Amino acid sequence: MDFRLDEEIEFLKTNIRNFVNNEVEKVAMQIEKEDKIPERIIELSKEMGLFGLSIPEEYGGLGIGMVGKCALYEELGKTHNGYTTLIGAHTGIGTVGIVELGNEEQKQKYLPDMASGNKIGAFALTEPEAGSNASNLKTTAVKRGDTYILNGTKHYITNAIEADVFTVMAVTDPSKGAKGITSFIVEKSFPGFQVGAVEEKMGLKGSHSAELIFEDCEVPEENVLGEVGKGYMNALKILANGRAGLAARNLGSCQKLLDMCMEYVQERVQFGVPIIEHQAVAHMVAEIGVEIEALRSFTYRIAWKVDQGEKVIKEAAMLKLYGSEVYNRVADKALQVHGGVGYISDYPIERYYRDARITRIYEGTSEIQKNIIASQLRKEYS
Amino acid sequence: MDIYVLLKRTFDTEEKIVINEGKVSDEGVDFIINPYDEFAVEEAILLRDKHGGEVTVVSVGSEETEKELRTALAMGADKAVLINCEDLEAQDQHTTASILAAFFQDKDYDLILGGNVSNDNSTGQVGPRLAEQLGLPYVTMITNIEVDGNTATLKRDVEGDTEVIEATLPLLVTAQQGLNEPRYPSLPGIMKAKRKPLEEIDYDDLDIDEDEIEAKTETITTFLPPEKGAGKILDGELEVQVKELVSNLHQEAKIL
Repeated sequence: MDFRLDEEIEFLKTNIRNFVNNEVEKVAMQIEKEDKIPERIIELSKEMGLFGLSIPEEYGGLGIGMVGKCALYEELGKTHNGYTTLIGAHTGIGTVGIVELGNEEQKQKYLPDMASGNKIGAFALTEPEAGSNASNLKTTAVKRGDTYILNGTKHYITNAIEADVFTVMAVTDPSKGAKGITSFIVEKSFPGFQVGAVEEKMGLKGSHSAELIFEDCEVPEENVLGEVGKGYMNALKILANGRAGLAARNLGSCQKLLDMCMEYVQERVQFGVPIIEHQAVAHMVAEIGVEIEALRSFTYRIAWKVDQGEKVIKEAAMLKLYGSEVYNRVADKALQVHGGVGYISDYPIERYYRDARITRIYEGTSEIQKNIIASQLRKEYS
Repeated sequence: MDIYVLLKRTFDTEEKIVINEGKVSDEGVDFIINPYDEFAVEEAILLRDKHGGEVTVVSVGSEETEKELRTALAMGADKAVLINCEDLEAQDQHTTASILAAFFQDKDYDLILGGNVSNDNSTGQVGPRLAEQLGLPYVTMITNIEVDGNTATLKRDVEGDTEVIEATLPLLVTAQQGLNEPRYPSLPGIMKAKRKPLEEIDYDDLDIDEDEIEAKTETITTFLPPEKGAGKILDGELEVQVKELVSNLHQEAKIL
């Protein structure tokens, strides 16, 4: 077994780390206060090619495997999670559908602009009445000539106000339930499409979630993504594909929290000694360290399996669940280690604490992951 | 336009300096392209994009320098040359300039760019020494360069003021802060960099007399600056304070 990353991936990692430290970290507080990623950061991210992280080389992306992607996501996880979410939702669920399911024409048309960041991607499945119960969609798509007419509302759509290209799930045959759902590529400029209210959130400032409203929205037939009626399966595939990357981002955030803890516990003096000398504190950072190492091994092993072409439905769900839960435990302990300072908004700890919370909910709640794991286990043992 | 850039691998500016057995320790240290050389790389790329031609980055260093050369290639340079002189015992600015002079002997160049100083030894000598050895005109500390045919118009930083100089090519210049804002290597650029040529040669492959390049300087001792003591806050009537300040500057600090 060789756990080393390719030299090239290390090189990519180092450059992302430099960029994150020199640029994004400096404006993290600003992003938090203004709920906006500065234009300069977006422009630099485009120039760096970060938006093409998951797109094949022939369409202007990087063309690296899942292990490589996870290594880069880990670096991105070490900075403001709102920024990371803008990039991650685009490179993850926002583009993966077209990469994995798109036909050659669709790939040629959309991917180069998405790789350069000139067009941002988003994924639209969730509706007011279809959250965890994702097949209970109400948005309809009715075929009229060579056009589909979409009607309905999506909500909590990440990147909604930034995105130009949406992967949208809609019901084409209500009589068939989950098998009557189809995926579409919808452009912001299509008639009848509009972005609705933007939500105020607990965290992930700078990343925006909003409503999408389809009112007789005209989508040309050639924008059907994958096969008609396979939309629900497509959505599950797209979500499963994103799970390793999401865990890697959480891993990066955990590592950042440990880095901050280790600096703090060696500097902060209480009862005449640096607080690392107090066993209660020492044990907390030890526990954080163990959680991170376990998550790291888990993440890269599953990423490696993806690169081998293995099916990882169960493992990806386990990883999504574990990575999110670890991030929450680590954020909680890191805040405890920092004491009062951890709770103050002038310092980044409480921000990670708030940002960690959504990871147990979005892209499939922890409970849904457990359902997937249990049903996969039942299949294995029946 | 044939453009060459002189590049040095140096300590990351964030690193703390540790002295171990009389030498600056490089254990666990992160290295970077010398920041002033990074300005030179960026300017070379901008000039090439404007006027055409090729950018070759050259470094006198060790095998590890490959990483910084690859970074320059990832930024957009076309070729890199590493002159390995790991085996060379005593080296100083004279050594480096002489090795480079030997390297440039059979090269065609319109412009050689370097950093104004390195952030480690900060002597600012390699560029000018090389120009002298090659018989080239040189302008140091430039903050702007415009090339028109065979002529370069340069702005030069002279302690807060600006000097405008016109020079003919071929020319050697060294970059001062403010020349440009170096780009981050793009991720696709990094992927492409591995396919770009990086030639490694040994210094003794060049036509060099070892005695000629021997260091002309000797390091006698290396030490850290003394730790800064606490400042002194004066109080009392303004007049009294001024008198005390002048007397302190005169007698204690001995700078008046």
